Amino acid sequence: MAAPHVLVHDKKDTVGVVVVEGLKAATSMLCIVTANNSSFRLKAKMDVPIGHKVALVNVKAGDTVWKYGHDIGKAVANIAKGEHVHVHNLKTKRW
Amino acid sequence: MARKNARSLRAGSGRMRFHGWRRENKRVGVRNHVIILPLDDLSNAAAEAVANNIKGTLAIPHAYGRLQFGADLELFFRTLIGTGSNPNVAACVVIGIEDGWTKRVVDGIARTGKPVTGFGIEGTGDLMTIAKAARVAKDYLQWATELAREECDISQLWISTKCGESDTTTGLASCPTVGNMYDKLIPKGIHGVFGETSEITGAEHLAKARAINAKVGGKWYRVWKAYQDDVIEANKVDDLSESQPTKGNIAGGLTTIEEKALGNLEKIGRDCRYIDVLEPAEAPRKGKGLYYMDTSSAAAECVTLMAAAGYVVHTFPTGQGNVIGNPILPVIKITGNPHTARTMSEHVDLDVSGILRRELTINKAGDTLIDMILRTANGRLTAAEALGHREFVLTKLYRSA
Repeated sequence: MAAPHVLVHDKKDTVGVVVVEGLKAATSMLCIVTANNSSFRLKAKMDVPIGHKVALVNVKAGDTVWKYGHDIGKAVANIAKGEHVHVHNLKTKRW
Repeated sequence: MARKNARSLRAGSGRMRFHGWRRENKRVGVRNHVIILPLDDLSNAAAEAVANNIKGTLAIPHAYGRLQFGADLELFFRTLIGTGSNPNVAACVVIGIEDGWTKRVVDGIARTGKPVTGFGIEGTGDLMTIAKAARVAKDYLQWATELAREECDISQLWISTKCGESDTTTGLASCPTVGNMYDKLIPKGIHGVFGETSEITGAEHLAKARAINAKVGGKWYRVWKAYQDDVIEANKVDDLSESQPTKGNIAGGLTTIEEKALGNLEKIGRDCRYIDVLEPAEAPRKGKGLYYMDTSSAAAECVTLMAAAGYVVHTFPTGQGNVIGNPILPVIKITGNPHTARTMSEHVDLDVSGILRRELTINKAGDTLIDMILRTANGRLTAAEALGHREFVLTKLYRSA
């Protein structure tokens, strides 16, 4: 199998991790779910650095964001599928 | 699954044995240090002078030891005595400003049966103290360098873990590599330990559920909750968004403490369960198995506490490239971030970035880590040792008197 652009921990997740350097907008990203080795394609909406997250679905402000099959915080802005997810649009529910 | 792991271990690691030094108390060390341990900040100069005179000894300077009291003082003594007692230390010279607390550290270390002598500076002065201590240090060094290694089973190893400068690749690759190692070696009878109390936040329900039973899980939860209430909530001025996660974590793509915690917890694998919850620097007393230690998530503080508890090899997953080492505990760096592996290669002992490219399985990565642990135990210096990283940082519970 070709090397993936994005790895997703769990099938329940709404974000995945970019695992290649220099990912450019409009790339048709190969995404692999590590839990079951399933794969799908997703178009990157913007350049995203390695290690950073992209939304796998459209996320509304206030929605819980899922990674590892678990709650990792809430969206504080609307996030479109294929967009970068980070401190500008995702916040902790703790502290 | 278990049978498959056993097979891959034979293929990947050969015999699960290593050569170490069996100490007077039967514990096995993988390093043979003669350390010059200052009791307090004031004694650093004399300790460093002794180590400068006697080549091959190692001074471990630090910033504290004066006017501490209560639980903070107990932790201080536990950490110093534990450091000297670690089986990676063959013998120890203690130098303090006065005789009383110096003797307390010497007596604590002496319980292991290893050679230890203390010197007080008051009434003697630095120069005479250095001369007397150097003579003893030279005798210890020449004695220690004649000690022979013996073959030991891997079950004799105490292997600790803590990750640092994490990013999303640690949760995908380097932390699960450590977890796979624990899933294979805990059943073989090693002692393991993980910690980082603040950094479990967001995954505390999962951490609690990984205890061996409800009683231990309850003990763990009380430790975690006390930290939340007594330290975080009492002292925070914002949402800790640049301390936990750190700026480095955020640069690497980690956004929230929940996300960081879930990645962190990958270090304890899928199968193993912790059997007890330790105070900082407390030695485990319930036999072989995985332990939790109540520690800071700051790398040097945490690793110093684990070394003081008696652990002899440390596994350290990093994403963005934490460069930490420890004076007496070899710290094995594992990274799954290809950028870090390329730009900071001198710090990396094990590159598992193949996991991100799906060229390397977690199972195979776990085997290569076990190989690296055995090579390290047999004497290979870690990157941190070769680069001279000797971060020895005492945990302080509150201000001194």
